[in-house]
Amino acid sequence: MGGSAKPHGRLWTWLDERVGLAELEKLVKKKEVPVHRHTVWYYLGGMTLFLFMIQVATGILLLFYYRPSAEEAYESVQFLMAEVEFGWLIRSIHSWASNLMIFTLFIHLFSVLLLKAYRPPREVTWLSGIGLLGVGMGFGFTGYLLPWNELAYFATKVGTEITGVVPLVGPFLGRLLRGGDEVTGATLTRFYGIHVAVLPLLTTLILGLHLFLVQKHGMSVPPGVERAGGARRTMHFLPNFLLRDLVGWLSALAILAALAAYYPTELGQKADPFAPAPIGIKPEWYFMFMFKTLKYLPSYILGIEGEIVGVVGFGMGGLVLLLIPFLDRRTARGEPSRLFTWIGIAIILYMIALTYLGYTEVATQ
Amino acid sequence: MAEETLDREPTRRGFINWFLGTSAVAFLLSVFYPVGRYLIPPPVAESTAGTVTLPLKAEDVKPNTGQIFKFGNRPAILVRTTAGELRAFSAVCTHLNCTVQYRPDLGHIWCACHNGHFDLNGKNIAGPPPRPLDPYVVNVRGRQIVVSKSA
Repeated sequence: MGGSAKPHGRLWTWLDERVGLAELEKLVKKKEVPVHRHTVWYYLGGMTLFLFMIQVATGILLLFYYRPSAEEAYESVQFLMAEVEFGWLIRSIHSWASNLMIFTLFIHLFSVLLLKAYRPPREVTWLSGIGLLGVGMGFGFTGYLLPWNELAYFATKVGTEITGVVPLVGPFLGRLLRGGDEVTGATLTRFYGIHVAVLPLLTTLILGLHLFLVQKHGMSVPPGVERAGGARRTMHFLPNFLLRDLVGWLSALAILAALAAYYPTELGQKADPFAPAPIGIKPEWYFMFMFKTLKYLPSYILGIEGEIVGVVGFGMGGLVLLLIPFLDRRTARGEPSRLFTWIGIAIILYMIALTYLGYTEVATQ
Repeated sequence: MAEETLDREPTRRGFINWFLGTSAVAFLLSVFYPVGRYLIPPPVAESTAGTVTLPLKAEDVKPNTGQIFKFGNRPAILVRTTAGELRAFSAVCTHLNCTVQYRPDLGHIWCACHNGHFDLNGKNIAGPPPRPLDPYVVNVRGRQIVVSKSA
């Protein structure tokens, strides 16, 4: 208790002696957040975390009605939407929050990229962040199949086929992911297990590391702000920053509630493996730029199948993104690094342009 | 010289470390091998049927239409051309395995996933598909349509 300004009650003292509350309190009181013109970007990580917590809560609720088999999955979701009170709302929130979460995750990623927050000593924070992006997209991909509707069925067919295109290990990975040679009920069971057990476990581990590192290093001050010099301004994390965080979370919740209520998630037709792929088939929007790229590639590029070029290309792109802290030597030395700013902007523009084209194309051409 | 040979002699600590290390590796192998094998799905017997009799009457298939049917455990497509000829192909797009469909407005086969086009010989004519669709042989016996794998 020594050092703490105001006296605490007996319960606090009892807990402090057993858990060490005073150290925690010291830590929280010491935590400060830099204030500058880019401070607003600090809120995106917390907002992503908030939306993830909504996913955990609504996901658990959905588990109580969902049945993971090809025979029952579609019907159980139908029952949930039509019969269970507020079932449509819980499912809509789960679906919308997943989209918003990936959205805030991308903004968080790109703000970190453009503000060069990945520079030493925060390389591992960046690596764990990219890991969380991968886990987040895995959540989206596996979750998309679970209602077992037509769109999801074919999106998964294409998605797992793309895994099969990866040189050498592809066919094996594709089979492992599908639980067989085709997308069947076995795939659904596998995706379910991955969605509700494997990925949450991975998220807990990687997110734990990510948050620990954020606490350890504190918020990164952008190099531009550092170079400009001047007096360093900060605010206390508690309560100043946390209260601002809360405003952001409440805004996100309001947007989420409005989207879920006015645009409830649809279910569509039940998957039929012996029906043609539906016209206007689309993946989740955050896979759209890749989907659209595959659509544009000709069947052969320099004698190699176009899809292999595309898949290997995106793999290399992902690897470059992962390794940016180690590639950007100028930022690591504390010098301005225009090249990597432009790389970041190019990635953003490419994704926006291809996503736009994907949503404006005429489906039957 | 004598000291050097002494150094190279196995020490008790070295032996124990080696022993523990190999035990740990053996333990991990004995855990991950069964788990790895468990995760690989067992092979399901492929349908070896080389011939399928369709649940359709020949006269019910109108010109300029196409229909998906089951060929073993994979989808196939039956097309009657505007000239009245019946043709059958695997309906699995050679690009990324979506199921193709017949487009009466274009008069050929089309895949909705990535906009792949195939002509009525199954040849890939536009879009990303790298190979033609596998053709099947169609025989009409009386009113029955019999599709078989090309010999």
